[in-house]
Amino acid sequence: MAKFRRNRFASVLVLFFALGLVSIGFTGINKLVTPAAAKIGSEETLVDKGSALFAEGCSTCHGLNGQGTSDGPTLAGVGAAAVHFQVSTGRMPMAAPGAQVMRKKPSYNEAETLALAAHIATFGPGPAIPSAEQVNEWQNASLAEGGELFRTNCAQCHNFAGSGGALTNGKYAPSLGLATPLQIYEAMITGPQSMPIFSDKTLTPESKAAIIRYIQELNKSENPGGMDLGRVGPVTEGLVLWIVGLGSLIIFAVWIGARVR
Amino acid sequence: MSNTTTSKKTPAAYNYVDSRVGFSAALKRNLRKVFPDHWSFMLGEIALYSFIILLLTGTFLTLWYKPSMTEVIYNGSYIPLKGIPMSEAYASTLEISFDVRGGMLLRQIHHWAALFFIAAMVVHLLRVFFTGAFRKPREFNWLLGLALLTLGLLAGFSGYSLPDDLLSGIGLKIASGIIQAIPVIGTWALYFLFGGEFPGTEIIPRLYSIHILLIPGAILALVTAHLLLVWTQKHTQYPGPGRTEKNVVGYPLLPVYTAKAGGFFFIVFGVTTLLGALVAINPIWLYGPFTPDQVTAGSQPDWYIGFLEGSLRVMPAIEFNIFNTWTFSPNILIPALILPGLMFVLMGAYPFIESWITGDKREHNLLDRPRNAPTRTALGTMSLTFYILLWIGGGNDIIATTFNLSINSITYFMRVALIALPPLVFIATKRICLGLQRKDLEMLLHGKETGRILRLPDGGFVEVHQPVSEAELPKLLARETYPVWELPQKVDANGIKTPHYHRQMLKARISAWWTKGDLPIPSAKEIQAGQHHAYEALEQASEFGVKPGKEEIVSATNH
Amino acid sequence: MTNKFDINNTFDPDKEDQAPKISKEITTKLPTAAKGVDHYLRRTDTDPKAARRAEIQVATLFGASSFFTLVFLVSFVAIPREKKIAVSLIGVTGGQNLVLGVSFGFAILLIGIGAIHWAKKLMSDVEVVQERKEIKPADDVQQEALDAFRVGAEESGIGQRKLIRRSLLGALALFPLPFVVMLRDLGPSPKGELRETAWEEDLHIVTDITYQKIRPEDIPVGNLVSAMPENILEIQEEEQNLNERGKSAILLVRMRPEEIKSQQGPDWDYQGIVAYSKICTHVGCPIALYEQRTHHLLCPCHQSTFDLADSGQPIFGPAARRLPQLAITVDEEGYLIARQGFQEPVGPSFWERGA
Repeated sequence: MAKFRRNRFASVLVLFFALGLVSIGFTGINKLVTPAAAKIGSEETLVDKGSALFAEGCSTCHGLNGQGTSDGPTLAGVGAAAVHFQVSTGRMPMAAPGAQVMRKKPSYNEAETLALAAHIATFGPGPAIPSAEQVNEWQNASLAEGGELFRTNCAQCHNFAGSGGALTNGKYAPSLGLATPLQIYEAMITGPQSMPIFSDKTLTPESKAAIIRYIQELNKSENPGGMDLGRVGPVTEGLVLWIVGLGSLIIFAVWIGARVR
Repeated sequence: MSNTTTSKKTPAAYNYVDSRVGFSAALKRNLRKVFPDHWSFMLGEIALYSFIILLLTGTFLTLWYKPSMTEVIYNGSYIPLKGIPMSEAYASTLEISFDVRGGMLLRQIHHWAALFFIAAMVVHLLRVFFTGAFRKPREFNWLLGLALLTLGLLAGFSGYSLPDDLLSGIGLKIASGIIQAIPVIGTWALYFLFGGEFPGTEIIPRLYSIHILLIPGAILALVTAHLLLVWTQKHTQYPGPGRTEKNVVGYPLLPVYTAKAGGFFFIVFGVTTLLGALVAINPIWLYGPFTPDQVTAGSQPDWYIGFLEGSLRVMPAIEFNIFNTWTFSPNILIPALILPGLMFVLMGAYPFIESWITGDKREHNLLDRPRNAPTRTALGTMSLTFYILLWIGGGNDIIATTFNLSINSITYFMRVALIALPPLVFIATKRICLGLQRKDLEMLLHGKETGRILRLPDGGFVEVHQPVSEAELPKLLARETYPVWELPQKVDANGIKTPHYHRQMLKARISAWWTKGDLPIPSAKEIQAGQHHAYEALEQASEFGVKPGKEEIVSATNH
Repeated sequence: MTNKFDINNTFDPDKEDQAPKISKEITTKLPTAAKGVDHYLRRTDTDPKAARRAEIQVATLFGASSFFTLVFLVSFVAIPREKKIAVSLIGVTGGQNLVLGVSFGFAILLIGIGAIHWAKKLMSDVEVVQERKEIKPADDVQQEALDAFRVGAEESGIGQRKLIRRSLLGALALFPLPFVVMLRDLGPSPKGELRETAWEEDLHIVTDITYQKIRPEDIPVGNLVSAMPENILEIQEEEQNLNERGKSAILLVRMRPEEIKSQQGPDWDYQGIVAYSKICTHVGCPIALYEQRTHHLLCPCHQSTFDLADSGQPIFGPAARRLPQLAITVDEEGYLIARQGFQEPVGPSFWERGA
């Protein structure tokens, strides 16, 4: 099934090869900047392209007009930001149903994703993709304040270092290691899957920028103390102690007690 | 004195001190004291050495650490926390980590050594348990060891809390919730410990004085007593050639044992230091300062508190209201207070219970092989299973995310497994022990299988058995059996009631269960016959031109 | 030669005298080589070249240790605190910690390895035997000790002079009391603080950390807000501690009104916005693992799960009580406020908590 789908995407990829090239070139210049829709084509052509992609890859589960079916929820009012988040993190299209949809390699390139987002946004009003200026604001934000906000609003699920954590019944909060600033922003305003929404009024754009700044700092993965053991707290420390620490001391003890020839 | 051959001129300095202290007699007695050599005898040493490392590094840490919950604004060199309000305790721990040269290393060595300290005590305890080293005359030392383990846990928890970071603060919050739940005195106990409500501003300074003064002082005293007893009682040894209940075979304190034990101290210290250099532990700068409204996923204690974390997680929600006035919380009290209390009481009582069941009041200096005490060994593995399951339960969220499981399913599984698995492990262990005993018995009665098949001139096949070597024999002969206590008569022939009838009845039943499945001890004659038979078979084999192996010659010539 | 298989391993508890006989005299003889213990000669015992090699190995280990100590001393001065270095397997790490730790670690470890190598290869490895002396002293020694005790007791007259004995026991029993009494000021008497929070009628609800008042329209469906009473900073300033923060923290969540199955009071929500205490009723961890689709709230400490759509009832884990709900509404300017304080104590159980 997945293979079949990929083949269909392949044909779409060929169709939008040129668009893809433009997009790749663009993101290559500056990864921080979100390609604005206007630079690729007018709003209408974008929606049209998105429509074709949608019919091809999404409508089976979400319905031809995004009204939802038994296999997938309605997309009316989810907004462009949610679509961009789900598709650019590879969560949609979904590989297999389960307690939680997992992050994987995205099936669409950036341009296609934007087209899909533009199309689905016409189903009903919802959060738009944040502008490049909004997202890039993190570079000027306060790191320390970001840390405080992160620990108050994010660490409870994503853990103190953004390594992720367990939720109920097999669900989990994913690691933030791969999340781009744009994706973090989108997740906060759209609340994907189990995650609650953090609206711009209760968590201001400045606060969001600070949080993103802190996550970027965490993702640098600098470990002043040495190997970080996955940054999940004392459980892995205990494992290292018993296996590596005590293990090596017992090997030494056996060596000390062993007879020499 | 001066005309004995070994004596030389007494060095002046030695003479100076000795004529003021008078230690020559003690030195003469002890410098060549014998210690048996076995790797499993070094587990306790790891604990001792870790404690010394803790004292050393801990002293350094006190030079910079400030046990105060006064709020300060951080202005040190760790940028992501700059400008944030935090307690002085947390700020000074950051200072140690980032502004004191070598401070991070000291902190990490200290923390790794703490984990080593308790882990080594646990494996040492397991060695002592499974080899029966707790038997007379060493019951007191068993109790001292348990006290040390308890103190170690308290030392660990109090030290873990001192940096006042988010993770340890959550641990303290849990501790406060447990204290608060104690019937009748809970709230008072909480207020007395924390100086009011949680978190207050008193708990860190109080834990500090407990952590650096009270507990290390007590540990030091008990360790001294523990070692003095080992010294006077002399170390136990495994059965082996030349080793009896009445002697101790090994290396003299000077030089071999000094070099080995001293060298091992440096090895423990070195390994701990390398861990401190290479592997981060307790990265408090990532946890952030404690505030009572923040929390992180994967809130976990250090490994030694893990079993309590697990028991709290696995416990079902049982709480009562008494007359709508009092709240009674078995969902907290059972897993957090009653269970660990029970565990330690049972461990403490164990040597006395076992000697009551077996009636064995003799002195034991030769260790048991675990297989030769099947019921004890099975009880041990059973308890260990229970402990490990609790431990796993305490990390169920990490297990869930690592192996794509659901925390709910793990918890439900644990609730069943904690009751069902330990008895299964008991049965399996006992069977394995008896199987191994049977193998030993085979070796005594028929010799060792060599796997070499011989074809006799008459066409028959025999397997060459080899007599058990001199070195192995004492091990195989070390097994003992215990009698089953007879069921008492309620009233004896003269119509007089048996005193303590019920207690005797219980004892008889337990002893029947204890000795169930015990194999008989072969008589000397049977063993001799078996070994002789093996020896003859070997001779026969060489008659037919089969050359015995080197080992076989060695063991055969011993007969 | 006695038969070496002659054993009697069945322990008979009726025979008192089965304890192994141990020589009672204190042996001051130096231990001698153990009999019956097989001893092999090592290569270093037979081959002087091998012995020499081992000697050089040990010396090299000790020498290397000195070298690493010097490395430590030099790098202590030479490596700046903030220096970061990238190492494979470890990643980017503090250069000082790494170099100081590795050099110090090897400086220590090599002394240990050297000492043990020396002991194993070059020191005598003939196992020696020492007799154990019985731990229990001889009966007459025991008697003498007891006699000494008796004589002492008699000379003091503590047995006869009941008056002295009893008054002394009384004094000894009483004198530690001051120590116990002095512990009194470890903490104040509880005055029901565990039942109270800062929340009261008309108090504004503000966001945590940023302390902004909140309008209902700021909170879309599915939104989560960690919130505090507006006066939290003043209280903290006044009390000089974080106690109130640990009790008054709340969560605001908006769901579609039709999703709310039950609440702790009639219309305690405001247009589908509900406010619950953030402090777990089990042992008091702050909880904020809110799943917006199921409205379940999970505690990261012991995994108690509460259903915020159903009065905050516990549905999984060790917590037995619901999370207290805060009744909310808006003021004239349209900001969210508390309608009243919490109607039951927040946080974990305590004995006198009651229903």
